[in-house]
Amino acid sequence: MSRRGNPIVAVAAVLVFAAAVAVQVFRDRQFPRVITDTGRVLYVQSGAAMDRMVMEFDALASDVYWIRALQVYGGERLIKDRPRNYSLLYPLLDLATTLDPYFTIAYRFGAIFLSEPFPGGPGRPDQAEAILAKGLKAQPTKWQYYHDIAFVRYWHLKDYKAAASWFQRAADQPGAPNWLTPIVAVMQNAGGDRNAARLLWQQILGSDQEWLRRLAERRLQQLDTLDVIDQLERVVRNNPPPPGGQYSWRWLISQRALPGVPLDPTRTPLVIDPATGKISVSESSELQPMPDNPERPPS
Amino acid sequence: MQGRAPPKPERSSVRTVSRIAVNVFRESVRDRVLYNLVLFAVLLISSSYLLGQLTAGQDVKIIKDLGLAATSVFGLFIAIFIGIGLVSKEVERRSIYALLAKPISRTQFVIGKYCGLVLTLAVNVAVMTAALYLVLTYMTVTESAEFKAGWDAPGIDPALLKAIFLIFLQLAIVTAIAVFFSTFSTPILSAALTFGIYIAGHFNTDLKNFDRIVESKPAIWLARGIYYLLPDLSAFDVKTEVVHGLPVAAGYLLSTAAYGVLYVTAVLLLAMFIFSRRDFK
Repeated sequence: MSRRGNPIVAVAAVLVFAAAVAVQVFRDRQFPRVITDTGRVLYVQSGAAMDRMVMEFDALASDVYWIRALQVYGGERLIKDRPRNYSLLYPLLDLATTLDPYFTIAYRFGAIFLSEPFPGGPGRPDQAEAILAKGLKAQPTKWQYYHDIAFVRYWHLKDYKAAASWFQRAADQPGAPNWLTPIVAVMQNAGGDRNAARLLWQQILGSDQEWLRRLAERRLQQLDTLDVIDQLERVVRNNPPPPGGQYSWRWLISQRALPGVPLDPTRTPLVIDPATGKISVSESSELQPMPDNPERPPS
Repeated sequence: MQGRAPPKPERSSVRTVSRIAVNVFRESVRDRVLYNLVLFAVLLISSSYLLGQLTAGQDVKIIKDLGLAATSVFGLFIAIFIGIGLVSKEVERRSIYALLAKPISRTQFVIGKYCGLVLTLAVNVAVMTAALYLVLTYMTVTESAEFKAGWDAPGIDPALLKAIFLIFLQLAIVTAIAVFFSTFSTPILSAALTFGIYIAGHFNTDLKNFDRIVESKPAIWLARGIYYLLPDLSAFDVKTEVVHGLPVAAGYLLSTAAYGVLYVTAVLLLAMFIFSRRDFK
């Protein structure tokens, strides 16, 4: 026969627990603890070792490393008070893809993270290509990986000949979309052309991956902004400041050359250099880093 | 008045085994073993929300990974921690004397105990599968078609059942091993040995490929022998393939299932042999 517990004891337990929480809240307010940045640590860097340790739970472990890679990338991008450090990004992506060799998004998204110029990313197109090559070992007919290597070659390394070759290999794979073949021709004839870039990003805008569509939208906005800057620089050349004066939006507006301060697609004002009249995207704009203005990580 | 004809020995034997099995199942329900299902449901539902915030569109993949891994882990704990006590507890409590005094053979006793735990595991796995599909259905219904186009495999994918089927068979093997050790060893030692064999079973293919790292023929034969002796548990892991929508051949499923059934039979026969020779004094 089961015994009925004393309800007073249960109520007392709840009350004491509530009191403990109240003391905790009081202590945290009165004596706030300093959060020290202990640095990120990756205890096991070998994918093969981790694969053995987790036995049949390799897919779940790869998810954990994927989430960590996202946190490292996102966390470093938010840092403002110290230099950004993306050194763990590649080992994390390497672990995630060793544990789950079919983890498509980790290869593709990872390649984009890795190739993004500093400070938006580590600026390591070589590592991006390495992770995609690893994906090709697992799935040699996956046209997306060939396409992404082509893209790294094209966008970050400006190696149009190699990019054309990789696009061709992507187009040769089973199930590859039709639009890859014309891209090969464009790449061979006018790889550095802005319109070629626009054509490519417009194709990517139709991707089934939401993150890729968002990236394409941003890249197209950057290309549109570069077009706008070209037009504005023509306006600046046609309306030079008076002798001894400086280039400024105010001057151009007073000359009725412009209706107002020009904005980029993120509604951030463009910047005009007072001495040279050169126009650029503001450093505070979300469009930074712009493709024609890559910054290198500090050596 | 004519009396009832005595039941045929085979029918009576099946009835005895099923009674023991049902009792094991009832006992595990009484021991609140099925409470782990609540934990599983809470884990899946809470993670389905949290992962959406963390995983850059990979929440369905991760829910599938998590659901399959949790099914395997929870089942493994049940198989080991209940399996090791199935026979040895009866011996320790001395209830074995009363049981064996009844018209129950030692073979029926071992098979009944094993079937009871496999029944408990089957119920567990079935409920966990239903919960996993429920969460996946919710995610499939609530996500936009554009978002779903980026998934490797459909949210509600019947192929997941292939992985679940093999997980269940793997658990059946682990249960047989736990029952085997339970027939002659203490619960703590049985747990350690069963867990050890589970781990070794996942590294089994290394033994098969031993000839790649050593030249000694006897060492290669010994390694090959251990490879065939230990359960080849890594063969039962097709979770990654099904989650990514990659094909798993029907022939592979059938041959792995056949291997599982034969291995379980062999281990249980050995357990019966050892148990039949035990002297309870």
